[in-house]
Amino acid sequence: MFGLVVVPTPTWYLVLSAVLFSIGAVGVLVRRNPLVMFMCIELMLNAVNLTFVTVGRAMSDIDGQAIVFFVMVVAAAEVVVGLGIIVSIMRRRSGVNVDDLSELKG
Amino acid sequence: MTSSLWLLPALPLFGAFVLMVFGRRLGEPRSGWFAAAMPIASFLVAVSVYFDLLSRSSEERHEVVTLFSWIPVGALHIDVALLADPLSITMALFITGIGSLIHLYAIGYMHGDPKFSKFFLYLNLFVFSMLMLVLGENLLVTFLGWEGVGVCSYFLISFWHTRDSAAVAGKKAFVTNRIGDFGVMTAMFLAFSTIGSVSYSSINEAAHSGVIAPVTATAIGLLLFVGACGKSAQLPLYLWLPDAMEGPTPVSALIHAATMVTSGVFLMTRMSPVLHASYEWAPMVIACVGAATALFAATIAVAQNDIKKVLAYSTVSQLGYMFLAVGSGAYVAAIFHMVTHAFFKALLFLGSGSVIHGMHHEQDMRRMGALRKLMPVTAITFIIGWLAIAGVPPFAGFWSKDEILLYVYANNRGLYVVGLITALLTAYYMTRQVIMVFYGEAKWKDHAHDHGAHGDFEPHESPKIMLFPLIVLAGLSVVGGAMQLPFSKKLHFLEHWLEPVIEESEANISKTWAYENKYVLLVIAILIAATGIAAAFAVYGKKKVKAVEPRVLEQAWFYDAGAAKLVGGPGRAAFNAVAWADSRIVDGAVNGTATLVRTVASQVRKSQNGFTRVYAALMAVGAVALLAWFLFRGVA
Amino acid sequence: MQVIVYAGAIVILFLFVIMLLGVDRAEDLQIEPLTGQRWIAGVVGLGMVGLLTAAVVSGSDALRLRGAGIADPVAGENADANIQQLANSIFSDYVFAFEITSVLLVVAVVGTVLLARRRTGKGMA
Repeated sequence: MFGLVVVPTPTWYLVLSAVLFSIGAVGVLVRRNPLVMFMCIELMLNAVNLTFVTVGRAMSDIDGQAIVFFVMVVAAAEVVVGLGIIVSIMRRRSGVNVDDLSELKG
Repeated sequence: MTSSLWLLPALPLFGAFVLMVFGRRLGEPRSGWFAAAMPIASFLVAVSVYFDLLSRSSEERHEVVTLFSWIPVGALHIDVALLADPLSITMALFITGIGSLIHLYAIGYMHGDPKFSKFFLYLNLFVFSMLMLVLGENLLVTFLGWEGVGVCSYFLISFWHTRDSAAVAGKKAFVTNRIGDFGVMTAMFLAFSTIGSVSYSSINEAAHSGVIAPVTATAIGLLLFVGACGKSAQLPLYLWLPDAMEGPTPVSALIHAATMVTSGVFLMTRMSPVLHASYEWAPMVIACVGAATALFAATIAVAQNDIKKVLAYSTVSQLGYMFLAVGSGAYVAAIFHMVTHAFFKALLFLGSGSVIHGMHHEQDMRRMGALRKLMPVTAITFIIGWLAIAGVPPFAGFWSKDEILLYVYANNRGLYVVGLITALLTAYYMTRQVIMVFYGEAKWKDHAHDHGAHGDFEPHESPKIMLFPLIVLAGLSVVGGAMQLPFSKKLHFLEHWLEPVIEESEANISKTWAYENKYVLLVIAILIAATGIAAAFAVYGKKKVKAVEPRVLEQAWFYDAGAAKLVGGPGRAAFNAVAWADSRIVDGAVNGTATLVRTVASQVRKSQNGFTRVYAALMAVGAVALLAWFLFRGVA
Repeated sequence: MQVIVYAGAIVILFLFVIMLLGVDRAEDLQIEPLTGQRWIAGVVGLGMVGLLTAAVVSGSDALRLRGAGIADPVAGENADANIQQLANSIFSDYVFAFEITSVLLVVAVVGTVLLARRRTGKGMA
């Protein structure tokens, strides 16, 4: 109806997920606030989920969606534990900076 | 009976062991009698084996008695095995025979010594080692005996170790022998790497059939000769023998006259096929070294004043004769001279020991004289020994020396002349010794107060236990020549007996001028001996001519001092350089590796700085790299 | 389901933590204490995007139809075909992983409760 209709091929989805993944990776490396870093990690996980679903749909295999199911469960568990750790560490400090936690240096 | 061959070395070993444990309890003289019984028993076993071999035909006189497998490693199979063949039984007979006589002599000589039983322990151990040396079926068992006699020689030379000079002499003997041992070891390695075995039968088979290249045979032969030079005191490595006279006289008689020093000649004869398969000039080298040594030592003996030193240099000289014979291909003559030399040299040493004992341990000949009437038995036996070594017929030494000179003439006339001059000098200095000791004025009367100062010091005859071996050896020196008389082929007993061992390597001189005119050479030899004796009489007996004893000869051509300078100066510098290389380069490489690891680790450690983001960054970089690799793997 | 989990649970969790700790103050992005971190981040980002895109584009032909086949949810009669297949897969092929992840959730909850406890003198780590 708008003239040229472009059908999104699976490749587009995969490129999108690649971009999301990279943004998440850069975010983990650059940001110092622990919560923001966590959110970036979630972003990366979601990008992977998108990849799995896309490929599963393209190959007509249900395994792609099954894996996503489990990834989400694990991500949820991980967030729970990670936020618990952050709470217990950050309670004592005033400024929030991941760089301050360098006691394990060799 | 040959299966009981193992008893031969086992008996003295057993004796040594018993003496080690019970020696002090047995005490003197029982430990001496017990120790003497061992070589006597070995001698009886050797005689029985001899008769057993005699009863077989000539080709069958070769039996190997394997005791146990020693080194079965990969391609290397070495057993402890004993070989009974004419050569080894000849050696065993006179080793045990003369060894027994010397054990008996030592019971009298070492009377009153606080370490009496230890002496016999070492003597028995020595006889064991020497028997392993000659009875060995392969080079390694012989080498075991070779090292063993070196060690026992060290023990016995430095027996009176509280005396500085004795301890030093023992060390010198051991170290000089070690240099020779290096040659033997290298020869063994070479034999194994080229032939694959160190057993005599394999090596000699290979040499006979031409499997060994002349280069290898020459190398093996000359390396073994280096070992023989060390053990048998030839020219570059002889300097331990005169100093070895620090040991008690029975030791000098047994080790340094009759047995250990002959092991070099034995080894050369055993490996005669290898020498035969080597280049022409290799035996000539051996002959020249032997001749040079003979002449060199004879010149020194002329100017020595210690009664034992004269005999020591005389031994070096006579060994030179034996190597001259080996180099000229006259193996039978070499063995013949070895046996007769054992008889008369042991006799001379034991006689000198008797003189020393009677003179209350005085060894300087200038303080002796006119002992003939006071020590009659010693004097007569010593004179028989003198006649034998000077080459006066019909005593044993004449026949063996003449046999050698016959072959040497056929080989090279120059060497023959050297041999003649040496014979002349031998007659001269031995006569000088006899005159100075037994005839002339009684110079000991002036020095009577130097010895314990009893006041009435008079040299006395030795006890019967010491005289008995002297008499036996004197008898053997008289009749010993009957083994190989030159008059007809039928009388060549020794040659027929040793034929299976050396038949192909023995030089064949039946067509030479020397052989045709051997009686002429015989007469020349007699004349030379007579000239030497007459000259000595003129100088020392009638005092018609002034004695010529230049200092250079007395100091042995300053050889000792020269060797000391060489080893002390450049030698020490070389040793220090090697030690430096070891500590810096070898240790440095090991320590350096450790230091390197530590340094690298301390640098790598800096990457663990505790910042999570840095770890994350590194992980991410790694992931990107992997990704790139997977992607471009298919493309490239 | 993704919406339920993420918008409902995880984001709410984040919100709770922020409210608890007051960590909403963003850090100063002008400075970067670790040298070279920005550079590495740049390289990683660009590399990741570039390589993944290249991989995807070059492998786009390999995405062919394979497997059991999913009935087209719009065109077919059974509108729940996808869900049915997913449920079949989870409860038969991957039932072991399913059970394990449920255990994981329990463990995570218990662990976090223990972690976040205030030290009130009862002596717990």
